[in-house]
Amino acid sequence: MIPLHWWLIVAAALFCIGLYGVLSRKNAIGVLMGIELMLNAVNVNLVAFWRYITPQVLTGQIFAIFVITVAAAEAAVGLAIIIAAYRRRDTVIVDELDIMRW
Amino acid sequence: MPIEIPTLNFIALAPPLIVIGTALLVLLFDLAVTDKRVLGYLGLVGVVIAAGVSIAMGPRPATTFQAMAISDGYALFFNLVFLATAGLSILIAIDYLERHDLQRGEYYALLLFSASGMMLMAAATDLIVVFLGLEIMSVALYILAGFNWRQLASAEAAMKYFILGAFASAFFLYGAALTYGATGTTNLNQIGLWLSGGNSDPMALVGLGLLLAGFAFKVAAVPFQWWTPDVYQGAPTSVTAFMSVGAKGAGFAALIRVLRSGFGDSAYSADWALAAAVLAVLTMTFGNLAALPQKDVKRMLGYSSIAHAGYILVGVAAASESGVRGVLFYLLAYAFMNVGAFAVASALERRGEFSTTQRDYAGLSQREPLLAVAMTVFMLSLTGMPPLVGFWGKLFVFRAAVEAGMSWLAIVGVINSAVSAFYYLGVVVQMYMRAPAEYSPRLVGEESDAKKPAAVNLEVAIGTAVLLAMLLTVVLGLWPGPVASLVTMMPLG
Amino acid sequence: MIIQSIWLAIAFPLAGLLFNGLLGRRLGRGVVGIVGPGTVALAFVVGLFAGLDLLALPAQDRAIVVTLWNWISVGSFRAGMSLLADPLSVLMVLVVTGVGFLIHVYSIGYMEHEEDRLYARFFTFLNLFIVSMLILVLADNYLLMYVGWELVGVCSYLLIGFWFRRGDDPQDPVRLKDGELVPVPANLNPADSGKKAFIVNRVGDFGFALGVFLIWTTFGTLNFADVFGAAPEIASGTVTVITLLLFVGAVGKSAQLPLYVWLPDAMAGPTPVSALIHAATMVTAGVYMVARSHALYALAPTTSLVVALVGVITALYAATIALVQTDLKRVLAYSTISQLGYMFLAVGVGAYASGMFHLTTHAFFKALLFLAAGSVMHALGDVIDIRRMGGLRQKMPRTYWTFVIGALALAGFPLTSGFFSKDEILAKAFEFSPILWALGLLTALLTGFYTFRALFVAFWGSARDQELFDHAHESPGVMTWPLILLAGLALFGGILGLPQILGVDHALAGWLHPAFADLEGEGAEAIHHGLSAGLEWGLLGLSSVIALLGIGLAYWFYVANPGWPADLAVRFKSVFKLLVNKYYVDDLYDLLFVDPGKALARFCAQGIDNAAIDGIIDGGARLIVQGGAWLGRLQTGFIRHYALAMFLGVIVVVAYFFLR
Repeated sequence: MIPLHWWLIVAAALFCIGLYGVLSRKNAIGVLMGIELMLNAVNVNLVAFWRYITPQVLTGQIFAIFVITVAAAEAAVGLAIIIAAYRRRDTVIVDELDIMRW
Repeated sequence: MPIEIPTLNFIALAPPLIVIGTALLVLLFDLAVTDKRVLGYLGLVGVVIAAGVSIAMGPRPATTFQAMAISDGYALFFNLVFLATAGLSILIAIDYLERHDLQRGEYYALLLFSASGMMLMAAATDLIVVFLGLEIMSVALYILAGFNWRQLASAEAAMKYFILGAFASAFFLYGAALTYGATGTTNLNQIGLWLSGGNSDPMALVGLGLLLAGFAFKVAAVPFQWWTPDVYQGAPTSVTAFMSVGAKGAGFAALIRVLRSGFGDSAYSADWALAAAVLAVLTMTFGNLAALPQKDVKRMLGYSSIAHAGYILVGVAAASESGVRGVLFYLLAYAFMNVGAFAVASALERRGEFSTTQRDYAGLSQREPLLAVAMTVFMLSLTGMPPLVGFWGKLFVFRAAVEAGMSWLAIVGVINSAVSAFYYLGVVVQMYMRAPAEYSPRLVGEESDAKKPAAVNLEVAIGTAVLLAMLLTVVLGLWPGPVASLVTMMPLG
Repeated sequence: MIIQSIWLAIAFPLAGLLFNGLLGRRLGRGVVGIVGPGTVALAFVVGLFAGLDLLALPAQDRAIVVTLWNWISVGSFRAGMSLLADPLSVLMVLVVTGVGFLIHVYSIGYMEHEEDRLYARFFTFLNLFIVSMLILVLADNYLLMYVGWELVGVCSYLLIGFWFRRGDDPQDPVRLKDGELVPVPANLNPADSGKKAFIVNRVGDFGFALGVFLIWTTFGTLNFADVFGAAPEIASGTVTVITLLLFVGAVGKSAQLPLYVWLPDAMAGPTPVSALIHAATMVTAGVYMVARSHALYALAPTTSLVVALVGVITALYAATIALVQTDLKRVLAYSTISQLGYMFLAVGVGAYASGMFHLTTHAFFKALLFLAAGSVMHALGDVIDIRRMGGLRQKMPRTYWTFVIGALALAGFPLTSGFFSKDEILAKAFEFSPILWALGLLTALLTGFYTFRALFVAFWGSARDQELFDHAHESPGVMTWPLILLAGLALFGGILGLPQILGVDHALAGWLHPAFADLEGEGAEAIHHGLSAGLEWGLLGLSSVIALLGIGLAYWFYVANPGWPADLAVRFKSVFKLLVNKYYVDDLYDLLFVDPGKALARFCAQGIDNAAIDGIIDGGARLIVQGGAWLGRLQTGFIRHYALAMFLGVIVVVAYFFLR
């Protein structure tokens, strides 16, 4: 069987890719996608831990399902907020939202 | 794999369930009621009932959902903090939304959902429930922050809060997953058992660090505080009032339970106590220093709320029963004085305008002596001036730090309090020692004949909120005994 | 029982204070004039019922402690927000609220010409004073008493300076018969007078605070009952120091030598204030404090002797200055100092009940005299120089007759209230030492003289300033009725304490007996029966003769032979100048303390503070604010910067946990 740490490395890589996306993308949609990647990395972790550490209890799986559900809700709200900002400002570039600072 | 049907003790979670039920009722009535203010009062009724039920339940611990949540004195006390915040915020919102043409039913539903999330966080004894509560609270707050999205500031606030919040959630989840992987459980008590059994795993440590970072975002601790001033300034003031206390309180409620139930009885406890102490110093120093040059009162209060997160972290760093008690007292005190300050700020916002510069406070003592007195009380209490309630909050957390052998932390806290007097009293100076600024129209199309300072809209509901908050700030300051002894009867279950 | 709710006596005026302070300006003077006196009347009723409750209790149980809440509890230091209702404090409550109520009512008329804003402010301050004074007298520990002690000082400051925009009030010089002009020192302006009162009081308060500290270190508690209970086991030297320090506070608050100088200048305040605070109540706080601490003073005979000596010397000293004052209120002010001296004489010789008796009657007749003087000022447009008055008795009969009653009581005219209380003190003093008695008797002679000098000059004879005279009118009923009620009290108040030789009970001594019961044997009872009946009758007669003699001399000098005073002034010019200038004590203090103090302050302000310290502090503050602005720059407003910073934060936190 594939050892646990392989899974963890994949998850960490996925997390870092998402993180890079959040930090580097200027487009709000891209940032959102980066965050989704990070959450999915967590899901990979959770399911892997369930399979390898507590296969007899469903905790990891349930947790992952909750994360997926919440991520969906967050994405819905997030897109709505992005649309609202777009309608007001005609842009989805996050760097252009800077009227409040200092 | 046999599936066990869990026994569900709904009674133990009655207060958040009542709040959720009220929120659903609000959504339902929203279809029929034309005067949306009724919905606000409906929400208020639900809040009062939930508070009554919380008090009636008493501090006897009762677990539910297979030990994923608990109803103990600690959770019930936090319920009171959140419900007081929610109640006062609803009172503020009823008039504030009306004045700014934002009166919509879903506002109250979202606020109540958010409050129920906070209450879940305080009751959670499982990382899954902590996460759920966190997201219920946060998602509703993202929407509320952008509730006035036609104003760019509000839309921007929502965007910043959402992106950074989701970003922080990802770290929190990663930490939860690693903790689960290391300990094989998400239940806080079992994590505690595993750790106190002498087990150790670097993965659990990394998990703890990431969890800490996630909570630090919610309570606005340095270096995760960046969103705070921008969001506080941009969000509608009635929302800022609610989340300044609610989100911070919920963050601390879950943080303390995770640290003490999960990681308290372990080799790690000295580590996280020191980490909390360092965060406390950074947080209060940054908050206070950055607040000094601020001209906008809402933004200033945003920085000041960072500083207060620092003071509360002092109680967390004490890592003792008396530290927890100090935090509980502090948060109740903070609920009244901070929501009160925002209530005054929202009362001063004129129709269609969203400016809260210090100039708007000039000469307030002549225009609206009652509001000026109330704001003075809140500012002095936030400074920590005896005999107002804020003084006792600071005294209790600092005393806990001294008892825990962290006198240096208490000293840093006291110095910071002294610095904070500068900007809090700045508002008082504006109100009492400056002539009212000449009114200049800042909206296109507004008549420019009004050279005198515009009248202040002190409606009944906002006025009630201001008076209640001021009364409690003064009375609990003069008479802290009952709450101080109540807090000692509210241990973690 | 209402005595358990004695806090209501404080709560009612407090409610009035908040109401008038917050809303008074908007609701108009009608409401203010009802709320102010009304709440004080309610407090009086509470005090009355509390007194009845006390009477219903057995004598040894007449001390009720009502703990409201635990105020401060730090380490072993505990101070309760708790009140003590016993005969002594309830008597003070009744005097403060009773006289206070009448003066409140009087103020409705007296302040009628003020703007609405100032009118509301005045009643707010008056209520604040009543609240503070009640805290002082009802406190059951020294800390709370100190709170009240300081609060009444603040009220005194606020009310003396009530007309803070007015300037100095220059006085007309006295033209002697030989043509020489003797300048009369100007009255300070109200703002400066307020400051003077506050600062001089601070000197006393400093002693009082030191005394409280010493009590704390000695006894480990500030609670009256605990302190007095433990007092006999303490070394007598320590008790002497404690009592002396406390007495320093009393000397400041009650205007005794050498800290009396603020009281005459306090007359710059509105006259109801002079009556309430600077005659009837606040200045007697020192006497009350000594009486309250009698368990300590009884253990310190040295201090008691000091108290008695300071009292009697002050009494005589102030009376001599009063002889030549031309300002009606200042005559009364010096007489207040003098009468307070009598009270300290009484408590100094251990006659605490007699001191409290004189305190009570003095509150009646001195309030009456001040209010009558105020009525005259009201009629004459604030003229207070008696040399410009004359013949007022036809114009203002009610004011005149009530003033006469007050003057008779002050002079100790037989059967008036002042006669009984003063005679009691003199009898107790005689028993202690005939020298003290003789000095007291001499003071009594001077008292009769200067009181009736003022009366004859102001009210008798013919008008000296026709324009003023024509302008004069009797004051409205709202002012004269309090005068009449107080006149009744001043006239008949003596029945509270008729001497034992008349074969009746001394009502006030009986009432106060439970509070002073611990002095049994060596104290109260012994003094009651110390003198033989014949001697006591003799002293009584002598007192009457002296009082009549003083009044007669005044008549002889100012009515029968109006030229005599002027002749005397020329013949004893140096004495006259000395008295007019109040023994140059104010000038001496200016030279010794005020001028060097100001010079030092100027040096500190300009040399040390502005240049050195402000430089450092301002620089530091600028640096901090600059640092804040710099930190604020970190908040660039860019989401991605924030996210990056948070990520770095996560790295640091995780690295810390990983590498610990």
